[in-house]
Parts: sequence; C-alpha cells; structure tokens
Amino acid sequence: MILLALILVPVAAAAAALAVGSDRWRPALLPAAFTLHAAMVLACWRRLPEPAAAGWLALDPLSLLVLTLASVVMLVCSVYCLEYLQLRPDRHNRLFTACLAFILGAVSLVCVSRHMGLIWVGMEAATLAAGPLVNFNRSKRSLEAVWKYLMMGSLGIGLALLGTYFLALAALPSHGPEDPLLIDVLLARASTLSVPWLKGAFIFLLVGYGTKMGLAPLHSWKPDAYGEAPGVAGVVLAGVLTSCAFLGILRAFQVCVAAGLGDFARGLLVGMGLLSMATAAVFIIGQRDFKRLLAYSSVEHMGLLALGVGLGPAGTYAALLHFINNGLAKGVLFLTAGNIHREFGGKTMDHVHGALRRVPYSATLFLLGFVAITGSPPFGPFISEFSMLRAAVNGGRFGVAAAMVSLLGVIFIGMATTVLSVVYGPAKADPAGSGRGDSPFLVAAPLVFTAAVVGLGLWLPGWLTSALDGAARLVVGAPPA
Amino acid sequence: MDQISQLLLAFVVFLSLYLLGSSSLTGCVRILALQGACVGLLPLTIHEGGFQPRALLISVGVIVLKALVIPRILLHAIREVKIRHEVEPLVSFVSSLLLGALLIGVAFVLAERLPVPGGLVSNLLVPVSLATVMMGMLMMVSRVKAVTQVIGYLVFENGIYLFGLAISYELPWLIEMGVLLDVFVAVFVMGIVIHHISREFDSISTERLTSLSDKP
Repeated sequence: MILLALILVPVAAAAAALAVGSDRWRPALLPAAFTLHAAMVLACWRRLPEPAAAGWLALDPLSLLVLTLASVVMLVCSVYCLEYLQLRPDRHNRLFTACLAFILGAVSLVCVSRHMGLIWVGMEAATLAAGPLVNFNRSKRSLEAVWKYLMMGSLGIGLALLGTYFLALAALPSHGPEDPLLIDVLLARASTLSVPWLKGAFIFLLVGYGTKMGLAPLHSWKPDAYGEAPGVAGVVLAGVLTSCAFLGILRAFQVCVAAGLGDFARGLLVGMGLLSMATAAVFIIGQRDFKRLLAYSSVEHMGLLALGVGLGPAGTYAALLHFINNGLAKGVLFLTAGNIHREFGGKTMDHVHGALRRVPYSATLFLLGFVAITGSPPFGPFISEFSMLRAAVNGGRFGVAAAMVSLLGVIFIGMATTVLSVVYGPAKADPAGSGRGDSPFLVAAPLVFTAAVVGLGLWLPGWLTSALDGAARLVVGAPPA
Repeated sequence: MDQISQLLLAFVVFLSLYLLGSSSLTGCVRILALQGACVGLLPLTIHEGGFQPRALLISVGVIVLKALVIPRILLHAIREVKIRHEVEPLVSFVSSLLLGALLIGVAFVLAERLPVPGGLVSNLLVPVSLATVMMGMLMMVSRVKAVTQVIGYLVFENGIYLFGLAISYELPWLIEMGVLLDVFVAVFVMGIVIHHISREFDSISTERLTSLSDKP
C-alpha cells in the first residue's frame, strides 16, 4: 500500500498542479506533497514494507537508498522553487511544477519496481518529463539544448529497452508461471541464463542507462542541458535522474554477478568510468562557462561511481557512499550557480567576476561546494573518494589508482581556475542581471545541502553505514550480514 | 503463417532502405506509416502457437498508434513548418543506401552468433530487427531536419519493437502498453519542440542548433 502511495502521491500532486490556475499559489503544492513523500520514505526506513502486487513492487536496501536521496533532494529543491518561481513572473510555471512532481513519481516507480520492464517505463517517463524543465527559459539556446537532450535521451532509453529484451531472451525458455523479467526470478535462475544474450543485455543496458547517467562517450547532451536549464532543474537532472539510471545499471550488474559474469561486467564499468573521468578532465580545463563546468563535473562523478562498482565489494561500498555525497554536493553547486547566474545575467567568466561582493552567501556556498566536490577534507566526497582509492590499491589495481589520482588532480586544478575567478575579484559596476543580492529561501536550500555534505564528512551515522553495507552486499551478491 | 511472417519482415527491411534513400518528407511519413502497419500485423503471425486473442489486442494498439496517430502528428508538424524536402543530408542518399545495405549484412552476421530464441516461426526476426535498429540510428545521425530525425527515431523504435516480439508472449501486457504510451508521448513532445524550433529559428534544420559546443 505504502509502495503504491509513494508513486501516486507525487503524480496526484502533478495533476493538481495542472488544475490550479494561479501561478502564485501553485508552487506551494510541491513542498506539501514532497514532505508527505519524505515522511513515507522515513516510514520505510523504520520497517521495510511488504512486497505488493505479486512481488512486482518491493523495496530493498539498495533502492531505499536511491529513493531516500531522490526524496530529500526534491524536498529541498521544492523549497527553493517557492521563491525562485516568484522571481520568474515572465514564465508560466504550470508545466514546470507539474513536471517536477511527476518526475518524483516516475523516480519512485523506478525505485520500488522489481520488474526490469517497469523500471524502463519509469525511467522513460522521468526522461520525458525533464524535457520541459530544460526548456523553461524558452530561448534559442534552451531549445537547442532540449532537442539534443530529447534525441540523445530517446536513443539511450531505446537501447536500454533493447537490453531489457535481451535480458528476457537470456531467460528463455521460462520455467513456470513467474515473469522472467522480475529481478528476483532472474537472480534465482541466474545460473541457467544464456550467456551470450546476457552479455549483450548488460552491454546495451550499460550503454542505454549510461546515456541517461552521462557516462562518456554518451555524455554529449549533458553540458548543453545542464548549461541551459535553470539551476534547480540541474539539481534534479544531476542528483535525481542520474541516480535512477545508476540504479538501472546496478540491477543489470546484480544479475551478471549472480550468473558468474562479474569480471566481465566489472571490466566494462572500470573502462567506462576511467574514460568518463578523462573526458571530463579534458573539457574542464579552460572551461569558461561555470554551469557547463558543473555538467562535466557530473560526468566525472558518474565515472567515479561506475569505477567504484567495478573495483569489487569495497569499491562498491565507497561508490554508494559517493553517490549520496555527489547528489548532495551537486545540490549546493547547481542552486548557488543558478543564484550567481541570475544576479549577473551571464554564466561565463567574461561576465561574472567577484560574486563574493554581489551575492556573498551564495558565492561562499558555491566555493564550499567546489571544495567539497573535488574531494577535499572535511567534506563527504573526500571520505568516499579516499575509500575508493583504498579499494583500488588493496585490490592491487595500481594503474587504476594512479589514473584516478592524476585525473582528480587535473580536474581540481581545472575547476579551481574557473571557480576562483567567478567568486573572487572586483565586481562589475553595472549589473546586466537582477542585481537583487541574496534572498532567504534561495540561500537556505543550498545551505541545507552544504550542512549535509559537511555532516557526512565528519560523522557517518551507524544506521547509514549499515544501510550502505546492506546495499553493497546486494550489489556484489554477498549474503546479508 | 510462416510465409506471411517472412514476407512482412522482408517488407520491413525494404521500407527502411526506401526511407534511407527518400528525400520527400511527406513520402517518408507515409512509408513510416506502412512500416508501422507491417510491424503491427506481425504479432498475429509470428508465434508457433498461432492466433491468440491477446495478440489481436496488441496488434490493434500498435497499428492505431504507429500507422495512424504518429504519422498524423508528423504530417501536422510538416504542414505547420511548410517544408517538403530533406535538402542536404550529412550523408548523401546514395551513400546512405549503401551503408544501409552494409548494415543489413552486419545484422545477419551478428544474429548468426546469437542463439536462436525458441517459439518463433521465423528465424529472420532477430536479424531484421537488428538491421532496422541500426538503419534507424543511421537516419537519426545523418539527417539535418528535425522531422527526419524523429522519423529515424521511429524506425529505430520499430526495430526494437520487432525484437520485443521474440518475447512478447512472455511479457505482460502492462509493459507493452507502457512502452507504447512512452513512444507516443516521446513523439508528441518532439512534435511540440519542433513547433517551437520552427517559430524561433524560422527553420527546422538542426544545422542551426550549433551555438552550444565545447572545443577540447
């Protein structure tokens, strides 16, 4: 029951948003619905709900982790939206609000579903619903971005469907009445799956969901979409949608491990992970547009996630921790980048200097977010990146460890150049942008994310480590502790 | 049943090739509708078990969507933006045809290496669907008009749908309906974006969409 409600509450909020006529009051629906959603997720933490709908809907520690991150990030973003959408009276927010709510519903479907086909349906729905978010500004540039996003997204999601069909073919001929695409059925019958079809399935699912996640070489839509979308849509894309795609890949990985193809899958993940980090490093150096910079940083961190899972059990634990840290840190960065963009009316180093003087709080948080995301102590990403590195060294993968450290170093330098130039220095006298300075809600939301990232860096609560451990055990196919 | 399936599958490949070499946009949409109809008829004939009531339901759904509704949306978009021809594709029509023929060969070689799924009357299904998928992708990357890119996406989608037929008697109808609905919404959204593009740029050439890029 609660599983169904997790999906239906946001969808109902989306329908309500379409029905409400006033642009002024409509955004208030979001925090209300998302608080209810978060409360239900909290109830799931106290006790995992029983599987529903003949085993089609269920939560396990892994999907609960993804769902929690999505719910928290969306709740904070909805508070940001309250003030943000008031600042944009030039745009009707009906579609924007409805799509935000609908995305949370689709994401919940991906998380609670135990059927690979249903996961695909949810993923595609979320992808399409994010289109209007990217195109919120309705400019020539945002149209170009949304077109590229739709084309690449549809291609990727189509390949994922092909992978899903391959997975079903691997399970043929089916024994008994259960549906062959249910994850539990696939895992139970893993040893009887046809190996060539399963390998094909993993490759297509990795490429397909990898396009959604933004792994290189399928990341080309990412800088355009993140660059042109409003900051809050950037958070939803980088923190929520990518994590769903990651969950899709992890599901396929689980099946591969159970079928004894773990090494094959890990090799692919390590390769794509390092390639993504290298691509990000190349484009981050000399990047003048700070929103596109964040997009490449997202490509880098998606690469880190894939790399971590490819490094074995210890790496998987680190990757899952990093997945949470990255989602929260991206929240800080995109929201504050949006604030700076609005203040200056530009998002390249040619227009923006000395943000610290014009929007002191946002600029400080932006700087902290940069320090966090590049993996400096005492922030959360430091812990997770360091554990990943330790997993590589302990596993004897010295080449991988060396490549990882050097790429992280290059990216740090590249990001520092742009970020420091944006934050410090003299501010221009005549502002092209709003020039209103900081405002309370627009700072409060990234402040919450910053606090969470610092908190996770200083102290990992016991309930979180045990949840991460449970999820990592699921991914690598180890028995629960 | 066997022969009808083979014929329909051969027809699907033939129509994809025809699309690769065709320059008239309305012509392309009509061919696409025809291909949609062929794809829609296949669930009735492809399985060893013969005719099933469920297959009829899916068949009707697919034909309505792929042969009637989606072509209507596309024709509407074409009328609205007042263009008739794909003028200069990135890859010329002749080269596209040759590449298409090559891709068909590749698809057959690939399909040879994969074990044949049981329960089907035609072993052409896997190579035909792979070939259609690849030709659709070729159209998506080699055409500059937004409408032709959408047509390419739909050919790609038809190929994937064919692949799904291999397992359709295993898949619950809920999933099939979900897939169809998503495709419909995708085309609908793309149609809206095409409308916006044509209004903003006075053209639907995606060649104009080049202000966002990075040089390494």
